[in-house]
This record gives sequence, structure tokens and C-alpha cells, in this order.
Amino acid sequence: MKTTLEDGVLTAYLEGEIDHDAAVNMRRQLDASVQTVKPRVLCLDFAGVGFMDSSGVGLVMGRYRMMKLLGGSLYVVRVPERIYRIFAMSGLEGLGVLR
Amino acid sequence: MKTINEMALRFPSKSCNEAFARAAVSAFIAVLDPTVGELSDLKTAVSEAVTNCVVHGYRRGAGTIFLTGKITEDRRVIVKIRDKGVGIADVKQAMEPLFTTAAEEERAGLGFAVMQSFCDKVRVSSKPGKGTTVTLEKRIADV
Ligand SMILES: Nc1ncnc2c1ncn2[C@@H]1O[C@H](COP(=O)(O)OP(=O)(O)OP(=O)(O)O)[C@@H](O)[C@H]1O
Ligand SMILES: [Mg+2]
Repeated sequence: MKTTLEDGVLTAYLEGEIDHDAAVNMRRQLDASVQTVKPRVLCLDFAGVGFMDSSGVGLVMGRYRMMKLLGGSLYVVRVPERIYRIFAMSGLEGLGVLR
Repeated sequence: MKTINEMALRFPSKSCNEAFARAAVSAFIAVLDPTVGELSDLKTAVSEAVTNCVVHGYRRGAGTIFLTGKITEDRRVIVKIRDKGVGIADVKQAMEPLFTTAAEEERAGLGFAVMQSFCDKVRVSSKPGKGTTVTLEKRIADV
């Protein structure tokens, strides 16, 4: 997973298909990066995601809670329209993480 | 309505088979020439149902998942996903959006809501200790 760090913002470029299988691996990688970098903001870039099921919502909600616990924030950006429909069902819209 | 094609698969309850099940169903319905949206909707619904067998039905342990597909003359696709796992005591409650028994595993409780919004019909029959069958139905528009 490609990541960049700029002004305390850790951006992770998610790629491919996010199902339960893939979400487990992404979670492990994201949590390891956050532990070492300790960013102010974790930004998940969804532009490269071709498929997602509700496992992706769990992944985002879990990272949202983690960043909040660490006193930081989570942003989710560049979500393809088809995938946005699943986020819209989840109440994540109300948390202000989707931009 | 007359059935024009059928298929049946069985595979072990492993998370790598979530992607396999999606790909198999995509290939099966290719003859109907679905739109990108229709294909994505059905793949997402299948992924939800198979994932539920893996994480809830068999609780990540060993087990077999049974998947059958049917295409009718009037272009309806019917996919049945069955496990012989723990079953669901209260199906109505399980299908409510955001209801989950696995919040600590980072599950959102959206699987059934996604299946319902992405398919025309979703039927769930389950018996505690016996297993669960989910039937998804979606009509693919005429080309
Ligand atoms: N095949 C199954 N066997 C046993 N229980 C199931 C099965 N499918 C669903 N359930 C029960 O129904 C609940 C709701 O399922 P649903 O797919 O809507 O949400 P989830 O799997 O908990 O979360 P998400 O799908 O968002 O990751 C589950 O938490 C589980 O208790
Ligand atoms: Mg589910």
C-alpha cells in the first residue's frame, strides 16, 4: 500500500477490491503505519478501489475510532460513486469523515 | 418461468473464496450482458452473503459453503448461498440495518441492508444449529 506523509497528514492510497479478506490485511498495514508515524490526520484515498462491500465500512469505522482515541482525525477522500452508496447507508456521512 | 441455465458450486469456508464466489457469479451472468452497475450490485450482494457464512455461519472455522445460480427466460438471476453453520435465531432483527453480533470484529451490520438495496428480492431462511440460506434475486435489464 502506497502512503505519503505531509504536515502530519498520513495519506494511504487504497487499491483493488476491499472485501473481508482484503480488509484484514489493510487494517494491519494501516495500524502499523499509524503506530510508527503518529499522524495528526489519517487520510484514506479510495480513488484506486474498484470494489467494496460492507467490510470496507467496518475498516473505515475502526480507523475513525482509532484516530479519535489518538486525538487525531480521519478523512476519506476520492470515493468512487458506486462505493459511496455503501458509505451513505452507514451513518459515516454524519461524522464528517467523507470529503 | 423457464430456467435457461443453472450452476452449482461448493467450496470451503475461507475468506479467499469471497473473491472466487464473486468472480464465478460474474462469469455465470455474462451471457445476459449486464451493465457495469448491475454486475457490481450482484457481486456486492454475493460478497456480503458469502462473507456472512465465513464470519458468522462457521465463525471462521471449517465448513462448506454451497452456492447455486439460476437464470430464467425473463432474465432474472437467482443466487442461493447456503451454510450449515450456527444459524440465526431472529432473522428479522438480524436484517435490521446496523444490527451486528460482531461489532468487536469491526463489522458494520450493513450486509443484509446492502443485499436488499442492491437486489430486487432477498429471502433468508435459517434455523439455529442447522444453518442459513440466503436467496438473492435480480433482474438484468434487456439490452
Ligand atoms: N450466515 C449466517 N450465519 C449466522 N449468522 C448470520 C449469518 N448471516 C448473518 N448473520 C447474523 O446477522 C447479523 C447481521 O448480518 P449483516 O451482514 O447485516 O451484518 P454483519 O455481518 O454483522 O456486518 P457487515 O456485513 O456490515 O460486515 C450478523 O451480525 C450475524 O449475527
Ligand atoms: Mg455481513
